[in-house]
Amino acid sequence: MSALLDVRGIGKRFRGLLAVDNVSFAVARGSIFAVIGPNGAGKTTLFNIIAGAIAPDRGSIFFDGAPIDGLPPDQVCRRGIGRTFQLVRPFPALSVEDNVIVGAMLHHHELAAARAHAHQLLRQLDLFDRRGQIASTLTLPDRKRLEVARALATRPKLLLLDEVMAGLRPVETDRMVLILRNLSRETGLTILLIEHVMQAVMALAARVLVLHHGAVIAEGPPAAVVREPTVVHSYLGAEAV
Amino acid sequence: MMLQRALAGAPPRALVLLALVLSALVAAPWASNDYLLTVLITILYFAYVGQAWNVMMGFAGQLSLGHAIYVGLGGYAAAAIYVYLGLAPWIGMIAAIAIAALCGAVIGFLAFRFRVAGVYFAILTIAFAEFARIGFDHLQWLGGSAGFFLPVANYARNDVWNLRGSPTMFYYLMLVLTVAAFVLCHLLLKSRIGYYWQAIREDEEAARSLGIDTFRCKMIAVAISAGMTAVAGVFFAFYYNNLFPEQVFHISRSIELILGPIIGGIGTLFGPILGAFLLTGLSETMQNLLAASGLDLPGAKQVIYGVCLLAVVVMLPDGVWPWLATRIGVSRKQP
Amino acid sequence: MGADIYINVVVSGLLTGLIYGLMALGLSVIFGVVRVVNFAHGEMMTIAMYLAVVLFDAFALDPLVMVVPFAAVLFALGYALQAGIINPFVHRPEHSQFILLVAVALIITNLLLIVFGPDARNVQTSYSLDSFAAGALIVDASKVYAAAATIAIAAALFAFFRFASLGKAIRACADNYTGALVVGLDVKRLYALTFGLGAACVGAAGAMLVLLVDVTPALGPAYTLLAFIIVITGGLGSMPGALIGGVLIGITEALAGLLFTPSAKSMFSFALLVLVLLLRPQGLLGKRA
Repeated sequence: MSALLDVRGIGKRFRGLLAVDNVSFAVARGSIFAVIGPNGAGKTTLFNIIAGAIAPDRGSIFFDGAPIDGLPPDQVCRRGIGRTFQLVRPFPALSVEDNVIVGAMLHHHELAAARAHAHQLLRQLDLFDRRGQIASTLTLPDRKRLEVARALATRPKLLLLDEVMAGLRPVETDRMVLILRNLSRETGLTILLIEHVMQAVMALAARVLVLHHGAVIAEGPPAAVVREPTVVHSYLGAEAV
Repeated sequence: MMLQRALAGAPPRALVLLALVLSALVAAPWASNDYLLTVLITILYFAYVGQAWNVMMGFAGQLSLGHAIYVGLGGYAAAAIYVYLGLAPWIGMIAAIAIAALCGAVIGFLAFRFRVAGVYFAILTIAFAEFARIGFDHLQWLGGSAGFFLPVANYARNDVWNLRGSPTMFYYLMLVLTVAAFVLCHLLLKSRIGYYWQAIREDEEAARSLGIDTFRCKMIAVAISAGMTAVAGVFFAFYYNNLFPEQVFHISRSIELILGPIIGGIGTLFGPILGAFLLTGLSETMQNLLAASGLDLPGAKQVIYGVCLLAVVVMLPDGVWPWLATRIGVSRKQP
Repeated sequence: MGADIYINVVVSGLLTGLIYGLMALGLSVIFGVVRVVNFAHGEMMTIAMYLAVVLFDAFALDPLVMVVPFAAVLFALGYALQAGIINPFVHRPEHSQFILLVAVALIITNLLLIVFGPDARNVQTSYSLDSFAAGALIVDASKVYAAAATIAIAAALFAFFRFASLGKAIRACADNYTGALVVGLDVKRLYALTFGLGAACVGAAGAMLVLLVDVTPALGPAYTLLAFIIVITGGLGSMPGALIGGVLIGITEALAGLLFTPSAKSMFSFALLVLVLLLRPQGLLGKRA
């Protein structure tokens, strides 16, 4: 079965800094794939390139067999890629429900249908009770789940999660891991996530990509990758092994 | 049925209040003298254009400080068609809306394609309005700076088709217009594009990540806002029977028409209407008070007006309506 | 038309443009640092112009000589305005700032109307009708003196921001608000200082402009708009940009007034503005955000 997402030789330079250096990898349909690495390794830049927010200098990206590099973010979304942001960005003045309705409107043009779909997602992400609350008044974990719900409302085939566990307490991290694992299992959703929280990576990912200074230094199943000397040296530290 | 959809979800108190206000407005001409009627027409005019402006700013988040250009374009278009082609203003209105929407589309295209936003967009709109003002000053076939005049009507007969008639006729027309604008905006907000506009207003980049074609949505907002404003321009032209570029396109007109929505509450439905009532009411009250007290110096009214504006914007930054709505218990989750 | 007329018009436009540039410099400093849209900018200049008229009529004080005191008065006014009213609005949405300053402008304009009436006033000094001649070139003496004063003031301001620690602190606030707070800078006070400096520039410009132009209470908005056009054309955050923008606009207006009708000259400024906004939004000398 061909990969859902096929990244080939992506490179991006910002003036003097080579942010992404010849990165290639493939994400299999229905799997969970993690990208890890120290800060500044180019992970979010890579995400922004895949999501269409930044154009790559070189390389190509294939999604579901079709090229998407260079497409603007709204078209990338319509092809089936949803994303969250590293610094959470829900629509602050809108209610929880309305936030997700905006996402749902992509495929449900009528308000009633969009609201129904939104409610279903809010229940899945444990936010249904707070659907009338204004987004800016939510706690951080709730805002993170809201962003996930909103992205899911666009019925993506691939979900890009940028450090969705950051700032969460262990209990909340476990909750999020459970939600994501269930989503993937029940709906066949493919997930590509950037993470620092290794507990989540180990629990979720089937494959892991390690970036350092914009380049790939390791790729493979998590158990193998965390043992590789280069990874230990540059990121994890000897205690992790 | 459409009305039912429009009213769904509103708290009962709000509906009662709405019904009361509407009844009062319908009955108003019977209880008013000529002066009061003129004031009410002015209020409704500003309520209407304020609502039209609100579509761009309150809904789509684009600050237009040159909105008078659409009033002027609409007015001149319909007036010219009436005078030169003998066609009724309702026909001229179609041209007026088209021209204004096109102008808005041009401004929008230039701004959005070239990523002109925020203050820079506002200044761009001012520049266009000023350009129109000076341009029309030099357009001799539309009267130039000396003004363009419509044949003054015989007020004994009300001719709705040609918009010639008594102030009462104009009052009801403006009332219908304002109510129609209110309903239109309410329906827009509850529609797909309404949700998309609000998303864009809150966070354009996040909106794009949800598949929203923000360029197209913003262009639609600008076109609708411009078109709606042009209709007001048509009424302006036929009510006053003359158009002077220096007045119609002047930056003070642009500022005037946005005071209502900002004071009343941007992005809300009742804001522009409440704002128009408050501001015009304040203005006229002060005019009368000053005249009565003998302190009627030119400029005195404006100073007090300015101080009141200052007070409202400092103390009630979201506008008067959101504050008032919670006080009288009609507030609900406002989009 | 002979080349002589062109040269004279261009030079005259250049000199007037320098004064416009000084006014715009004030706005650039305010807008660039405090990031507030000062729609009362032209009105502040009108205050300075009326001040000049009053002092000249009462005490025969030459505005050019009084440039520094005028600047000081406007500095105090600007400081008070920012510290008293505007500071809370720095992080509010643009439309709120806009209404605040429109209200301020409205109040200023109409207070002036009440006090001075609507008639135009100006200042005629002993050298108002003098001119310097250099070959075919004939320039108004007042314009030359004004231009010289402008350059001196601009140079002083530039030096302040470059070398004085207070100036550097202000630049720090402009670059990074949170960072400035974190290192302990009293940002509110620095904002007030900056607004004061911007107002001082406007005060100086007004003192000089009143020698060239009649003042009425309604003069404000046109100059506010002009200041914005210049700042955007020259480049936000660039002080030489403001002066160069001013010169460019001054020359454009002068030439347009010569080649077309005088009333159409502002159309060209607007056309230039639209072009700049579309093609080079950071302005001629601005830095890309």
